Amino acid sequence: MTDTPISPAMLAGAAAPVPKEETPFTRFRKAFFEDKVAVAGLILFSIIVALALLAPLITPQNPYDLRSVDLMDSRLKPGSVAGEGFTTWLGTDGVGRDLYSGILYGLRISLMVGFLSGLIAASIGMAVGLIAAYAGGRVETILMRIVDLQLSLPAVLIALILVAALGKGVDKIIFALVVVQWAYYARTVRGNALVERRKEYVEAAQSLGLSNARVVFRHIMPNCLAPVIVIVTVQTAHAIALEATLSFLGVGLPQTEPSLGVLIANGFQYMLSGSYWISFFPGLALLLTIVSINLMGDRIRDVLNPRLEK
Amino acid sequence: MQGPVIAVENLKTHFLTRAGTVKSVDGISFHVNKGEVLGLVGESGSGKSVTGFSIMGLIDPPGKIVDGSIRLNGKELVGLSEDEMRKVRGREVAMIFQDPMMTLNPVLRIDTQMIEAITAHENVSEKAARGRARDALARVGIPSPDERLSAYPHQFSGGMRQRVAIATALLNSPSLIVCDEPTTALDVTIQSQILAEMQQLCAETGTALIWITHDLTVIAGLAQRVAVMYAGRIVETGPVDALLDAPIHPYTRGLLGSLPSAGVPGQPLMQIPGATPSLARLPQGCAFAPRCTLASDVCRTLAPESLAHGQDRAARCHHPLDAPKVAA
Amino acid sequence: MLAFIIRRIGQAMLVIGVMVVIVFFGVNVIGDPVWMLISPEMDQSAVEATKIALGLDKPIWEQFVYFVGNALQGDMGRSFVHGEPAIKLILSRMPATMELALVALFMAILIGMPLGVYAGLKPETRLAKAIMAVSILGFSLPTFWVGLMLIMFFSIMLGWLPATGRGDTVRVLGIETSLLSLNGWTYIALPALNLALLKISLVIRLARAGVREAALMDYVKFARAKGLSQRRIVGVHILKNIMIPIVTVLGLEFGSLVAFSVVTETIFAWPGMGKLLLEAIQRLDRPVIVAYVMVVVVLFVVINLVVDVLYSVLDPRVRLTEAKA
Repeated sequence: MTDTPISPAMLAGAAAPVPKEETPFTRFRKAFFEDKVAVAGLILFSIIVALALLAPLITPQNPYDLRSVDLMDSRLKPGSVAGEGFTTWLGTDGVGRDLYSGILYGLRISLMVGFLSGLIAASIGMAVGLIAAYAGGRVETILMRIVDLQLSLPAVLIALILVAALGKGVDKIIFALVVVQWAYYARTVRGNALVERRKEYVEAAQSLGLSNARVVFRHIMPNCLAPVIVIVTVQTAHAIALEATLSFLGVGLPQTEPSLGVLIANGFQYMLSGSYWISFFPGLALLLTIVSINLMGDRIRDVLNPRLEK
Repeated sequence: MQGPVIAVENLKTHFLTRAGTVKSVDGISFHVNKGEVLGLVGESGSGKSVTGFSIMGLIDPPGKIVDGSIRLNGKELVGLSEDEMRKVRGREVAMIFQDPMMTLNPVLRIDTQMIEAITAHENVSEKAARGRARDALARVGIPSPDERLSAYPHQFSGGMRQRVAIATALLNSPSLIVCDEPTTALDVTIQSQILAEMQQLCAETGTALIWITHDLTVIAGLAQRVAVMYAGRIVETGPVDALLDAPIHPYTRGLLGSLPSAGVPGQPLMQIPGATPSLARLPQGCAFAPRCTLASDVCRTLAPESLAHGQDRAARCHHPLDAPKVAA
Repeated sequence: MLAFIIRRIGQAMLVIGVMVVIVFFGVNVIGDPVWMLISPEMDQSAVEATKIALGLDKPIWEQFVYFVGNALQGDMGRSFVHGEPAIKLILSRMPATMELALVALFMAILIGMPLGVYAGLKPETRLAKAIMAVSILGFSLPTFWVGLMLIMFFSIMLGWLPATGRGDTVRVLGIETSLLSLNGWTYIALPALNLALLKISLVIRLARAGVREAALMDYVKFARAKGLSQRRIVGVHILKNIMIPIVTVLGLEFGSLVAFSVVTETIFAWPGMGKLLLEAIQRLDRPVIVAYVMVVVVLFVVINLVVDVLYSVLDPRVRLTEAKA
């Protein structure tokens, strides 16, 4: 018997409807939203970002405008009424600034510094990782040695020494944060790119005569984005925490651009005397920001990680 | 005459997943006598491995044995508590897995892993247990067993590792060993060696074997009886020679026909058209009907019962080949 | 094995060498190197005199050699603030930091392992989910904030534990330690816990991931098929497998513990290297900063080396292939 008979059943199967193809993003979105906790994180984070963006519109006071700050208002308990007539829902700090306003403005700075440094570090790190993986040979070895060196030293110390040397200021903090973060991206992307490089579509692109740059950035890079996205969330949370730590230690942002860390530091001295809210509320805001980012990042990682897919 | 070492009656093992209930094993019955080798043959997804795990009581949630009975030496295994089952495992029934690299723990020594198999069931001194392990290794043909005991798994070749697994299985002299494709991952030459050795060992010790495989050629030289599984059911059983010479079920014939050795040189190899059905969405009626050349309307609506076809042969088919139906 | 160790030591020396170059030239790039060696209060003529006296008017290569020569003899300048040799100052504070870091490490293991293993074995239970949720918290909370909260809670509100300082010390084998007195433990409890919290989350996650991966492995199925008890399977088979990555990660993390102690020591006024560093930064005590960097770099390189060797000792697969090589 050499003829394979076509049974009626097979024909019937061919006429059945084909399920609609889902885009990877749709699949990702569905998987992400399955976890209630991650969704809670997303909601929380959205609220925080919204508050930060709308800060000038929803706060009774601009804490940087020295004319609107009255020393007589200092260390008011949460809920008391300030001299200007508005209620300080979260109390005031040592120089009379409304804490609620201070927190929202501080959030803007903390978020901006965190995100900006994360994006820049990701870009630099990705570029380095891609180049290292694609170029191979000595270029790769040198680049990776630098990455390894950087990664073997703790972030806190590197950042500390850098800002100690460079001084205070937003640009310097962002620089320090970028220096601390890029290596992690570089290593991850390089690992990914090494795997991708061996795949057929790279050969295909090369055989079409595409320039190296185009192959790397148009073809390989998009396939390396998944782990980068995972890292970006976690690293951003770290960057925000690191900036807060540095500011708290007094070597981060200056008093003129108070991030949440600066606010917490300002309140440290008042803790023992009972005005706990000056540190507590900014701390809480910081906490919620970081936790919400981590919750989302965790879920994103679980969804995008092929190994754990059941 | 002693009863069979193991008698499985209408076993049903289902997996309750979000996508639906997967009926991996849906009502199978067979038995194995002392010293006998039963070949359990089927494609991947036919439920043969799940059968093996069901016997061992290693079905984890969301899987569950929902019906049927498994009697080992007369003792009912279905429904035993985990503690009671643990005492049976490794002692009265042992199992050998497919990939020897992964079945041995890479960070523990061989002697540790063999001795613990003994001490889990008996109260013997470590020295005595080590001696037994050493003897078992020698028996399966591993040279310098004393040195080998102190070694780690990755220092062995694939064939050697599988021999260690076999030796471990034999340590407590079980009545039955379930072998889940133990030679599939090995070199062809090693395969035949191990097959021959196992056959001899079991003949010597009187241990019954259930040999699970997808490869009919393996069964041909090893087993006395064969059970063919398809989509969670046993579609044919019988003595090996009779079954291979004159299959009753169209699927069995398809399997035999698709063997490379059955092909004519120069002609394309015969294949059974279509694919195995999803075990979560089994068709009504005979599961093989969509691929069967003899399928008729009754096949598509009514699932065939297992009917006897002469001494010690049975098949589930509305249109069995050759042998006329005999009233059971 | 010996060849392996020697090779790693060679690599370590190379790294230290590179770091020395970076630190030296880094300091030079940032500012006039003379500032590294003198107090900021000196006037211009004194500065010039110091420059010449210290050979800073010579070409940079000569200066580098000079610096390295001094460094190898242990001389990295004197602290402006304390007047003592910087290196001596740092080393005198090192035992306190080491003590803190070690206690924190053990706390992390003691608390984190059982929780992580449990979460890995029974991931669907409410307790396991709660553990994972809390571990995210431990991971996200900035160390300094936790420290503040710990003080607020345990010292101010409950009054159980002292907020700052170190307990009474006893000299053992030439090193001061506060771990031998109950009083010492009350002082180290909060700062060590603060430091440990970060790592506890890490240990929990590592243990859980390791257990989950191990539980899927065939050797666990085989062990069950042999009829082994659950206790043995987890306690011997699984544990031995997950210990390898956990130990190596923790070993490397020890360095980060030392780094983070900067924060913890500042909050709890623990007299260690970290607090010294921060004070040095705030008071521009540059010799101390440089000395601290050098000490920490050497420490890190040593830790990395030890962990590498430890890894090959623990994992028989690596150990034996190295032996063959």
